[in-house]
Order: sequence, then C-alpha cells, then structure tokens
Amino acid sequence: MRLEPINNPSLARSLVPPTIALGATIVFASLLAMVAGANPFSVFGLILSGALGSKFAILETLNRATPLIFTGLAAAVAFRAKFWNIGAEAQLYAGALLTVLLGTGLLPWPSIALLPTLAVFAILAGATLLLVPALLKTRYGVDEVVTTLLFNFIFLLFISLLLEGPIKDPMGMGWPKSARVISEARLPRLVDGLRLHWGFSLAIFSAICIWIIQTRSTLGYEMRAVGLNKQAAAFAGIPVNIVLVKTALLSGGLAALAGFSEVSGLKGSLTLDLSPGFGYTGIIVAMLALLHPLGVIVAALFVAGIFVGADSMSRAADVPTYLADIMLATALLFMVLAIMLTRFRVVRD
Amino acid sequence: MEIIEILFAASFWAAAVRIASPLIFATLGELICERAGVLNLGIEGIMVAGAFAGWMAVYSGTGLWMGVCVAMIVGMLFGTVHSILTVPFGLSQHVVGLGVTLLATSSTYFAYRLALPEVTSPPKINSFQPFEIPILSEIPLIGPALFLQTPFTYLAFALVVVVAFVLYLTPLGLAVRAAGENPAAIAAQGLSVTKIRMGAVIVGSGFMAMGGAFLTMSAFDSFFFEMVNGRGWICIALVVFGSWRPGKALLGAVLFAAFDALQIRVQQTSFGSQVPYQIFLMMPYVLSIMALVVMSRRAEVPAALMVPFNKGER
Repeated sequence: MRLEPINNPSLARSLVPPTIALGATIVFASLLAMVAGANPFSVFGLILSGALGSKFAILETLNRATPLIFTGLAAAVAFRAKFWNIGAEAQLYAGALLTVLLGTGLLPWPSIALLPTLAVFAILAGATLLLVPALLKTRYGVDEVVTTLLFNFIFLLFISLLLEGPIKDPMGMGWPKSARVISEARLPRLVDGLRLHWGFSLAIFSAICIWIIQTRSTLGYEMRAVGLNKQAAAFAGIPVNIVLVKTALLSGGLAALAGFSEVSGLKGSLTLDLSPGFGYTGIIVAMLALLHPLGVIVAALFVAGIFVGADSMSRAADVPTYLADIMLATALLFMVLAIMLTRFRVVRD
Repeated sequence: MEIIEILFAASFWAAAVRIASPLIFATLGELICERAGVLNLGIEGIMVAGAFAGWMAVYSGTGLWMGVCVAMIVGMLFGTVHSILTVPFGLSQHVVGLGVTLLATSSTYFAYRLALPEVTSPPKINSFQPFEIPILSEIPLIGPALFLQTPFTYLAFALVVVVAFVLYLTPLGLAVRAAGENPAAIAAQGLSVTKIRMGAVIVGSGFMAMGGAFLTMSAFDSFFFEMVNGRGWICIALVVFGSWRPGKALLGAVLFAAFDALQIRVQQTSFGSQVPYQIFLMMPYVLSIMALVVMSRRAEVPAALMVPFNKGER
C-alpha cells in the first residue's frame, strides 16, 4: 500500500475518519468495561454524570481543565514548530516553585501588585528551565525529546529535595510540603462561594493571546514555517535557531503558568503531588486539538471531563479509573490516524 | 578512600552487571528499531507492560522462561500497534511513541487493578536465582560479576552477540541497516521497506518488554507502579551514546550501571550521608544528558531515522 495526497478533500472526507476514530475509541473502552465486569452503558452514563451531572461536578471539570489548558498550549505552541517539549511537567513545577518562594511572605505586597509579579516570575522560571534543552538542541544537536523527558525526573527530585529541606513547612507535621502562600498571593474566585478561580480566565486569555500570536504576528508565521520545513525556512531567511529558542521560551512559560495557577488558585502550597501528570496529559490535549490554541480549550475540557467523570465512575462501578487513561491514549492514536486519512488516500499497489 | 574500597569489591561489579541487564535488553530493542529508521518512544510503556506481563504469568503458574516469552509477546503486540501507525501510515513517530507509552502503561495499571483488586502489597514470585558457572566464577573480581548471575543476565549478554551478528553478518541485518540509511535503495532491490521496518520495530519492542520483565523476574520478585522509572528514556540516550552499535551500547549500559551502583554505595558512606539522597538519585538522569551532549556531535545517526518511506514519492 501507499499514500496519495488528496487535493480537494470533500466534506465527507474531512468528517468521516474522525467520527469513526471517536466511535472506535468508545467501542474499545466499552470492551474494556465489559472485561472489568461492568455494563458499558452504565459506565459511560456514570462518566457523563460524574463530569457534568451537578454544579459541583461541572466546577470540578472546569478546575481540572485549567492546568490542562496551560500545558496543552505549551505543547501546541512547541509542536507547531516541531520542537518536542515533553518537559511541561518540570516546567509546571518550576512555576509552582517560584510562586511559593515569592508568595509565602517574601514580597508583602497587595494582590494587585503581587499576583502579576508571581505570574511573571513563574513564566521566567519555566522558560529558563526549557532554555537548557533548547540550547542543547540548537548548539549541539541533542534531541530535545530525551533531554526534556529526563529533566522531568531531575527537576521532580530537586523539588523533593527542597520540600524535605529549605522550603519545608515547619508547621507541616513532618509532611514534605511547603508553607502556604499569603492571602494576597491567592487568585480570587470567579464567583463567591464557588471553587472556580481566576486561573481559568487566565487560561482562556492565554489561549486567545497565543491564537493571535500564531495568526497575526511575524513570530507566529516563523514558527509555522520552521515546523513545516526547516530547510525552506532557513532558505527564506528565517533565523531557525532563534525561532526555536523563542518557541521554547513561550512553551516553557505557558507550562509554568499551570503551576502558578494550581498553587495560587487551588492548593495554596506546593507538594510533590501538585500535578498528577498534567504536563504529559497536555500533550494529548494539544494533539486532540490539532495544535489549535482555541481547540486546546475544548480538548482540555473534554479530557478533564473524562478524568473527573472516570474518578466518580470508578467509585460507583468498581472499574479501575485507569480506563480514562486508556481511552485518551486510544483516542490519541486513532485521531492522529484519522486526521492523516482526511488528507491522504490509501492506494493498493 | 572509601571509593577505592567500593571499586575493588566483587559485589560492586556484580551489582553493576545486574543493573545493566534490563538496560541491555531495552537498549538493544531500541537500537534495532532506530537502525531500521524508526524512533520508538513506546519503550518506557512497553517496559512497564513487559514487567507486569512476565511477573503476572509466573504468578499465575507458568514457568519462568514461559513468563519471559509472555512478556516478549506482549511487547511485540504493542510494537505491532506502533509499527502499523508509524511505518505504512507514516504518522509522527514522536506522537505515536508517546501514545503507545501511555496506552501500554495505563493498560498495565488497568490490568493490575483488575487482577489484584484489593491488595496493598503485590505478591512475590520465585524469581530467577543466580546460576554459578564453575571455575570461571572463582576468578577474583570479575568472576562473581560475570559468572555468578541469573540465567536472565546471561541471556542479555548472549543477545548482544546475536544482535551484532545478525546486524553485521547476515543479509537480513544488511537490509535492516539499509532501511534506516537509504530505504529507496532497499525498494530498488525489490525488498519491502515496510515489512523490514515493521519487523524491526516488533522484534525490538519484544526485547524492550524483556528488559522490563528482568526487573520483576530477576532484579526484584514483584511488580510496583513506577518501577521502570525512566529507564526507557535512559536507554534511548544509551543508544545514542553507543553510536547505534550493539557492542558500544553494551559498554555504555555497563558503565552507566557501574555509576549507578557506585552512587548507591557512596550514599551509605560517611560522606554520602551528609548529601541529600535526591542528589544521588538525580545522577543517572544527569549522566544520560551529559552522555548525549558529548556523543551527539560525532554520532553517526542513521540517515533515514524518523523519515517515513512512502513508495512512489520522489
């Protein structure tokens, strides 16, 4: 077999493969639910009601989506330029670390000054952390996939070291956690009495900014050109390495905002379980969104809904919550295949 | 002073070889994939799946070697998924690889929870025991390191020889290497690039799973979440470090493992106990990055690595 590009794909060509991919994911997940001894219809019903069934459930889904929008944007921005930043997890913790370092009383400022400062320093921390793999790639040709992955392990151990030493909360009953940030460093809630905080609006705002950068700025154009064809971009006079470094800074900064928003908006302090893999899940979010910044919002809500829904489904139906991760992995694999099939035709030899 | 004592202890070198064994399997697996032109980032997840599958098979009553086979078959299954998506369909090897890692890891955890719903500590199995090779194992220092290991470790070393032999001295190996260097030449010879690459990825994934199985069946005797802990990513660095050659990759794995064994021992010395333990745990990852930086400049990367081959495309 071989693949032939389709010049003017019809509407059906663009819609049928993704629909089949989604259907195949659901069928596969149903089979697994049956293996686990549950009725697939009730499993999906429970996931749906767990994610959207009550005001509390919806807020929980929105809260869970917030860090995923940031890490999803981080991946989307980087992948667009074919810079494979798999280190969003570490950059998230870098952002959280700076929020805790500066937000626990070091800067006794009012919220209006403190919160933007924290956000800026978080961005700088995340960007700096990704600068190392970016420079290793542009200077020495070291593959960034492996370096960013390995940095995740190194940086989490570094955080663990800090949490058991210098920044350990003396009032923490021996738990490896940091002190709580001061009340001026807390992101206010969107609506009084509801758990949803301003981090969510910041995430939406960031997505719109990235969308504008990508579609309306020179940098956005250059990032796309580098991603499409490095040689051609260089030939056209685009400074490929500088664009890659700028992309990395942007991507690292976005991932770090997830850490800022989680500490400042939700948790109030830093622990080693601040992120249950938001950095890695962001990659799936970005892929499901086809790397479109506004699509990231939708995909993050979808992925967050599956996770929140699966948590409550797992308690009710006794099916392991890992079903959610399997569903997302299969959705990702089926979807990349389906997207390719909207543009190519499989021809037999 | 204490360092010298450590370096001249036979147990140290025995530990280094033991730690190297799973890395040897997985590094060979990745090497085969990359030599054929496919980057397999599914390695981390495939190792998790292999670790679980081999251990679960033995726990359910099969023999140890049967468990190794089960692990290998499970690895080959995930390799098949990876290869179908990346080879004939030519999808992004980065995205598919990470997807396969996620799929393999989450399916493993799902299966673990289904098989053992209410356990707090996972059950143990009767794992591989050291097999003493007479006379040779009495050589000072290297005797216990090389000839007083489990049969699973001996298999790792044998596999290096087999892979090197096949890769360099057989037509099949030539075809695999050519698929990663110049696939158009393979196609011109009337051979199928697709079949060669898919075969390499499937076999390579089987080896990765054996590396995972070594952890639960020889290094330890039980399965824990997070037990692979980045070893897969380290193996990708080891392939680069070994310049895509089995012999050099073996050397890299043993050196790396020796360093790992050393840091465990230094941790327990009077000097080491003053340093936070996390510093020591970081070392393997830092070392991998340093190895990549040093080797990447002069590395002879397979020319067609990560370049999908589509017949008829010129």
